[in-house]
Amino acid sequence: MLEPLVCELSQPDRQGVGYPPSDVPLSELPAGLTRDALPLPELSEVDVVRHFTRLSQLNYSVDTGFYPLGSCTMKYNPKINEEVARLPGFTAIHPLQPIETVQGSLALMYHLQEALKEIGGFAGMTLQPAAGAHGEMTGVLIMRAYQKDRGETQRNKILIPDSAHGTNPASSAMAGLKVVQLPSDERGNVDLDALRAECDDTLVGLMLTNPNTLGLFEEHVLEIAEIVHAAGGLLYGDGANLNALLGIARPGDLGIDVMHFNLHKTFSTPHGGGGPGSGPVGVAEHLVDFLPAPVVDIVEPAEEDIPPLYGFVTPKKSIGRVKAFHGHFSMMVRAYTYILMHGAEGLRRVAEDAVLNANYLMARLKDTYPVPYGRICKHEFVAEGKVEGAPGVRALDIAKRLLDYGFHPPTNYFPLIVHEALMIEPTETESLQTLDAFAEALLQIAEEAREDPDLLHEAPRTTPVGRLDEVKAARELVLKCEVPA
Amino acid sequence: MYSPHTPQEREKMLRVIGVERVEDLFADVPAGQRFPALELPPAATEMEAAEELGHIAEANESVRDLVCFLGAGAYHHYIPAVVDSILRRGEFYTAYTPYQPEVSQGTLQAIYEYQSLMCALTGMEVSNASHYDGATAAAEAVNMAYAQFRGKRTKMVLSPALHPHYRQTVHTYTRGTGLLVTGDDGRPEEGPEALIPLIVENTALVMVQYPDFFGRIYDYTALAEAAHEAGALFAVSVNPLALGMLTPPGEFGADIVTGEGQPLGIPLAFGGPYLGIFTTRKKYVRKMAGRLVGETVDGQGRRGYVLTLTAREQHIRRERATSNICTNQGLMALAATVYLSALGAQGLRQVAELNYHKAHYAAERIASLEGFSLWQPETPFFNEFAVKCPRPVAEVNEHLLEHGVLGGYDLGQDYPTLEGYMLIAVTEMNSREDIDLLVNILAESTQEGSHARTFSL
Amino acid sequence: MNIPADLKYTKNDEWVRVEGNIGTIGITDYAQGQLSDVVFVEILVSEGDAVSQGDSCATVESVKAASEVYMPVSGTVTAIHEELADEPEVVNSDPYGEAWMVKVELSDPSELDGLMDAAAYEAYCAERE
Repeated sequence: MLEPLVCELSQPDRQGVGYPPSDVPLSELPAGLTRDALPLPELSEVDVVRHFTRLSQLNYSVDTGFYPLGSCTMKYNPKINEEVARLPGFTAIHPLQPIETVQGSLALMYHLQEALKEIGGFAGMTLQPAAGAHGEMTGVLIMRAYQKDRGETQRNKILIPDSAHGTNPASSAMAGLKVVQLPSDERGNVDLDALRAECDDTLVGLMLTNPNTLGLFEEHVLEIAEIVHAAGGLLYGDGANLNALLGIARPGDLGIDVMHFNLHKTFSTPHGGGGPGSGPVGVAEHLVDFLPAPVVDIVEPAEEDIPPLYGFVTPKKSIGRVKAFHGHFSMMVRAYTYILMHGAEGLRRVAEDAVLNANYLMARLKDTYPVPYGRICKHEFVAEGKVEGAPGVRALDIAKRLLDYGFHPPTNYFPLIVHEALMIEPTETESLQTLDAFAEALLQIAEEAREDPDLLHEAPRTTPVGRLDEVKAARELVLKCEVPA
Repeated sequence: MYSPHTPQEREKMLRVIGVERVEDLFADVPAGQRFPALELPPAATEMEAAEELGHIAEANESVRDLVCFLGAGAYHHYIPAVVDSILRRGEFYTAYTPYQPEVSQGTLQAIYEYQSLMCALTGMEVSNASHYDGATAAAEAVNMAYAQFRGKRTKMVLSPALHPHYRQTVHTYTRGTGLLVTGDDGRPEEGPEALIPLIVENTALVMVQYPDFFGRIYDYTALAEAAHEAGALFAVSVNPLALGMLTPPGEFGADIVTGEGQPLGIPLAFGGPYLGIFTTRKKYVRKMAGRLVGETVDGQGRRGYVLTLTAREQHIRRERATSNICTNQGLMALAATVYLSALGAQGLRQVAELNYHKAHYAAERIASLEGFSLWQPETPFFNEFAVKCPRPVAEVNEHLLEHGVLGGYDLGQDYPTLEGYMLIAVTEMNSREDIDLLVNILAESTQEGSHARTFSL
Repeated sequence: MNIPADLKYTKNDEWVRVEGNIGTIGITDYAQGQLSDVVFVEILVSEGDAVSQGDSCATVESVKAASEVYMPVSGTVTAIHEELADEPEVVNSDPYGEAWMVKVELSDPSELDGLMDAAAYEAYCAERE
């Protein structure tokens, strides 16, 4: 056992944090509506701190090492973000306060909307979606509402390339759309003939990830936009890979009508062990009226010495609300700080270095680990996790062996269109020395695969636990612990 | 800004790649759209940024400056220092979804513990690793009910006393699915029994809130039975803090419990990030969306935790997945876990009861004021209650704000029949002096109100 | 790989065993091998349902994948193997026996002619290796 469970640490009648006695007269508790047992663990504060600190030490994280998890953009999360997001003026404000009392927050949201519009080339922006997948669903609902508003109610089909993230088809299905998958061509682009064949009057639109999940820039993006638009469809952009395009090209300029941003990827807000994320959605002019409500806007313009009054407005044909309140505000504070500290040149440098790092790693590795579609990549690339002369070794084994070298492995087995995929995204915040050390480790592992493949099959050996029995977990389903009665 | 490369290193890397300039890496981007000049403010240093953000934050009036009686789904509670101290650990907040369990046992075990505590609190058998917030958790309950009956039952009965934002979110989520959402336009004056006639053969889900949007506490046993008789699922959206003293929904027949976890150690933060709670019965586990952590062993028999039942999820099932959910609210789930561990059973009961007593003291005092009356004085409530004001709520609130008090929620915004009613929330953060201050200013506002009426005549 | 000679097969790796006018349906040894350790089976049809060839009738999940099972033939469902949910591992250990999923009374036996025999299915599997 690495660390006991919080339930196992419980001692009856222990209490970490106490509260003062009531300073008002006690009222009678509601008869028949109160509970008897409250089986929560009981610990001292010291127990709590040690328990969770020890748990934290079992984690790998960006703060402890290189995390080249493809498609996730695990860049450094600046410490200043954490400080400013915790200012009491930001943490201790209620979402339903009168707008006059929260002008700071509203101004921040307004200026973040403006900055994201400028970066993405969009006319409108909502900050409400809570994560990338949530933004996707929002975007697809906007597309659907737009088609319906034009009277094109027969449009129910959405096209999704085979290399797309699984969230694309899942989000579309949630919006009640029929999903049709498009194949990729031999250069990893969308197959244009297949696209043309599907462009009819049932088309809602196409969801394009650019650069795609192979890390390749879609070379026909302008043509794709033209084909989709000519058929009355809309072009959705999956902004998961925007890190490669900051200051390089604006998706809106490339013909994208609607796109979600991932503040937790591109704009350095932390991933938090799997959330909270933040997934703003930008739209072109013709979709502005459909944005979810509410959107931040200037409700009274500035006058000479008086700053403008910021407030909430409801777009005319809004799809409605996609969550409670206004979105993940604390994440917006972090993203705003990040943009503020980079400016236009700094953001372009982010994309350039992200792409430089990915291409450098690819150049160092491609002779050992085959990279299909071998052309200049963007912020990430996908190699095949197999080694010549080591037929029994799979991508999973290579990934697990990397753990023994102290690195977080790349994304495995995605995208599905590459056999034994290892999807590597170094991000711009890694040094040449780190990239070299990682490349050396992968090259060394290839040697090991040929000479002593058991080193890989039995990896990892140096981690807190070894490979875990996922079949047992799924078949037996032990999903909670209980405080001993 | 955070890039470590020196010019010499960049040169070296370009040589290894085999291109001359960084620009050459972008030759595949259409020339006409390449390298746009972005109009953004010039880059600030950290020192400058810290100063600017400080100014922006100061432009807000926080609940530290104001005495807060505003709730309506987000509550001002005390957050013990230990919570943020743990959340600030980089090993937690700079990790991602635990795809590599061997180096993610911290996150995985914390989620497993979160699942355990949510089950204990709600009286249910399984919990997922969380949703975005209370509203999206409610929408996922609707999705799950639809999936449970494989699309054969299409009617969802929602209580009008479910948070207005949650109802609006459900409506947005179900656009285009052919589902019928009913009940939520009903009269809030009526209790849960008013929903019973709406339950028919085609009903997949009946959903209520507990305590409801108005703070009312009902025994939902009869409604749960009616739902079950029709073969439908019964879902309850909870305030988890109230469950420190109230009967858990698992004991009155809930099949799904959702909720807003913000009261469990998560700051108001202008609305987020919060925590969407989702628990259910074990027999429905495979229809539940979201990440799930299970216990297992490694090759040496050591106990460990993994993401399990992942074949339900979008990255495998794509358009056939129950939901598109990808991330959870990992760090917020951790906050709730640390909060509950630090308070324990006694602490949570204590804070829940403090909320209850203070709210009742406030209600009693306000009810004694001329011109004010409680909406439904006979119905039990938790830490929130509706009050009829002698003047428009907006005016009363303006007057309160002038005296440094953040007044309650204007119910007329969402409920036409409750024009002139204010929803007042009282928590452990409100001292007796705060409450007395509120009462005194309200009393004053009546007097001014009578003036106003005189003038308007 | 085990491919019994007396069964008929589909391109989606289902098998059907015909006894009288009753067809018994499951997934093949090849399919279970591709899925690896099966952890869950859900039958999506009920006794008495009228089903058509190509309808989805079950879902099989392993740790890494999920697969839909489609009706190889049309007819009326006469039995479903509910207990499979409690012992999904038999899909791996005995795909043609204990792991049957649905029994159906055939409404159009001529559909069987459109399915593969063992030899054709063996070739089809070899093609995909």
